[in-house]
Amino acid sequence: MAGIPHDHYEPKSGGEKWLHKRLPIVGLLYDAMFIPTPKNLNWMWIWGIVLVFTLILQIATGVALVMHYTPHVDMAFASVEHIMRDVNGGHMIRYFHANGASLFFVAVYLHIFRSLFYGSYKAPREVTWIIGMLMYLLMMGTAFMGYVLPWGQMSFHGTAVITGLFGAIPFIGESIQTWLLGASAVGQPALNRFFSLHYLMPFILLGLTIVHIWAFHTTGNNNPTGVEVRRTSKEDAEKDTLPFWPYFVIKDLFALAVILAVFMAIVGFMPNYLGHPDNYVPANPLVTPSHIVPEWYFLPFYAILRAFTADVWAVQLVNWVSFGIIDAKFFGVLAMFGAIAVMALAPWLDTSSVRSGRFRPTFKWWFSLLCVDFVVLAWVGAQPAEFPYDWISLIAAAYWFAYFLIILPLLGVMEKPLAIPATIEEDFNAHYAPTGGTTTIVNPAE
Amino acid sequence: MFRKLTLTAMTALALSAGAAVAETEVEIHDFDFPFEGPFGSYDTMQLQRGLKIYTEVCAACHGLTRVSFRTLADETGPALPEDQMRAYAENFEVFDAALADGAGDYRPAAPADYYPASSLANAPDLSLMAKSRAGFHGPYGTGISQFINGMGGAEYIASLMAGYEEEPECAAAMETPMEGYYNVAFANGGFPDACKDEHGHHTVPGSWIAMPQPLYGEDVDFDDEHENSLESESQDVAAFLMWTAEPKMTARKQAGLTGVIFLSVLSVLLYLTNKRIWAPHKKKVKH
Repeated sequence: MAGIPHDHYEPKSGGEKWLHKRLPIVGLLYDAMFIPTPKNLNWMWIWGIVLVFTLILQIATGVALVMHYTPHVDMAFASVEHIMRDVNGGHMIRYFHANGASLFFVAVYLHIFRSLFYGSYKAPREVTWIIGMLMYLLMMGTAFMGYVLPWGQMSFHGTAVITGLFGAIPFIGESIQTWLLGASAVGQPALNRFFSLHYLMPFILLGLTIVHIWAFHTTGNNNPTGVEVRRTSKEDAEKDTLPFWPYFVIKDLFALAVILAVFMAIVGFMPNYLGHPDNYVPANPLVTPSHIVPEWYFLPFYAILRAFTADVWAVQLVNWVSFGIIDAKFFGVLAMFGAIAVMALAPWLDTSSVRSGRFRPTFKWWFSLLCVDFVVLAWVGAQPAEFPYDWISLIAAAYWFAYFLIILPLLGVMEKPLAIPATIEEDFNAHYAPTGGTTTIVNPAE
Repeated sequence: MFRKLTLTAMTALALSAGAAVAETEVEIHDFDFPFEGPFGSYDTMQLQRGLKIYTEVCAACHGLTRVSFRTLADETGPALPEDQMRAYAENFEVFDAALADGAGDYRPAAPADYYPASSLANAPDLSLMAKSRAGFHGPYGTGISQFINGMGGAEYIASLMAGYEEEPECAAAMETPMEGYYNVAFANGGFPDACKDEHGHHTVPGSWIAMPQPLYGEDVDFDDEHENSLESESQDVAAFLMWTAEPKMTARKQAGLTGVIFLSVLSVLLYLTNKRIWAPHKKKVKH
């Protein structure tokens, strides 16, 4: 069997043996809980747990909210206010849920950028990466549809803008937009189906989470050195790893508690900080807000969408080559989805034989620039589409594509990587004294 | 891009658009409301004064449809005594579809009823006004000051109430006078070309609002003879509208504080646990 060699679950009592023969579920959970984990994982490996927790938090609070919410254009806004005012603890449940979406995206972006730095997407973890990218897309869809449900001004006009993106597709765009909305404009059919999908998609996300974990439990975790755990024998593997429980569970729970303390401060003391005041105005199709901005977590890709205007030469060229089929609007839509697509293709675009960015001196700089680029995109996405922001977003969007399509393939060939430790144990022992097997150090205080 | 909109369109926007149009400068003042900051809570007496101002002045045109009369007795709100709250509710007429054999009729409001809607088509409901308007967001526009200064909606309302001023000279000299009333705190109203410079930038703050000045000072007399100057009244009614927008604020902050304390203690315990279990494997190398 694939995987890192380790002790498997042995049913002991008669009852355990009886169940194990029929359904080896205890064994499955045992193997998952005690999976050998590289002992050199750093603090960037905590975001997975945060994401699992947040998904459960969102599902739990969401189920409670649905009990009081009414998906009707005339009642949705009022039912949310009913939750805020009359439902026991409703205001907390809703603020948890609304800010939980932000926590979700903070964690997912750090999780993704960790993978991009330490090369977690590279062979043999491409499937884990692709599933992760699908989950990210699903998350964005879920978050967008959730924002529609309160049926405020931003909900309504945001929906019109986002579904309008699909309308930019040549020939079939309008039909697709109508199909998505269930009508020619945003209204009751759209609200109803978004409500339905907003409830469904988190459970698909939950299913994909299990597949995601299954995939990296098969390949084993990546780690800061990018060096694989030795699989030659159980003894060798044990020198590189420690079991998930208790070492990483406790570590991750500590990090989760710290993050939740900050989250709790935001929910308790400034729950509307990340929201938009306009969404406390009931939706009104006749009045368009002066400034339609998406939620912060969409801003980097929103900036890429807006970056490619009709006066960019690349857009004009594509427009001319495609006989005008691809106009600036459609180009922007393609760029936005393309930005995620090129990221998803990273395993095949990165030609370096070295996995971890720790041992890639030139890569480090380009990667740092990518992080800055992402922040700049998020910032410029909230600025008006005028000089100098149009130039900034164009340059930042161009770098995003250049990183994946030019820099990653070229660096692998041109860069001279640093010396890589032979084993995880060697790296770990460079920081911490070897303990000499499994004997524990005597604590002099006791 | 909104620079090109006509004045009529701007006036239409004025009624519900929240974010400030980029080039309009407004004068929003930062007030120290008692409900700001992580430990802030509503001042019961201030809410009661604000309630009186709303009832005697604002209610003539504006509704408060999200607020039920019973919540006026909430301890963390205006905290009216039960009998006063009931008597207050009876001053309002609400439509009851069950009356008159299903034909429906008006009756005096009961505690479970909500304030009636606005009587004027273009007077917005005030229930959520304090949350649906961007207000004071700190000196550098970072918004971080929300943690300490609140979200600014109350600042906006108080500034708007006290923001009515004489029309600036550039507008007063116009042949057709501006519709509405000049207010230095209002961002989304009409604005005459006569008050823009050659680059289209506004030379005076604020814009023209459809609502006539509602408060002048000494509009309402309080039983405890509390100050009723324009500034004081503006802040009182703004505080009251903050409460109508966020009636559970006190409970929320208490829950937040409990959560932060609990999670901080848990963090310390987990930190120590983590250190302890890793200790045998992580003995620091002595260099």
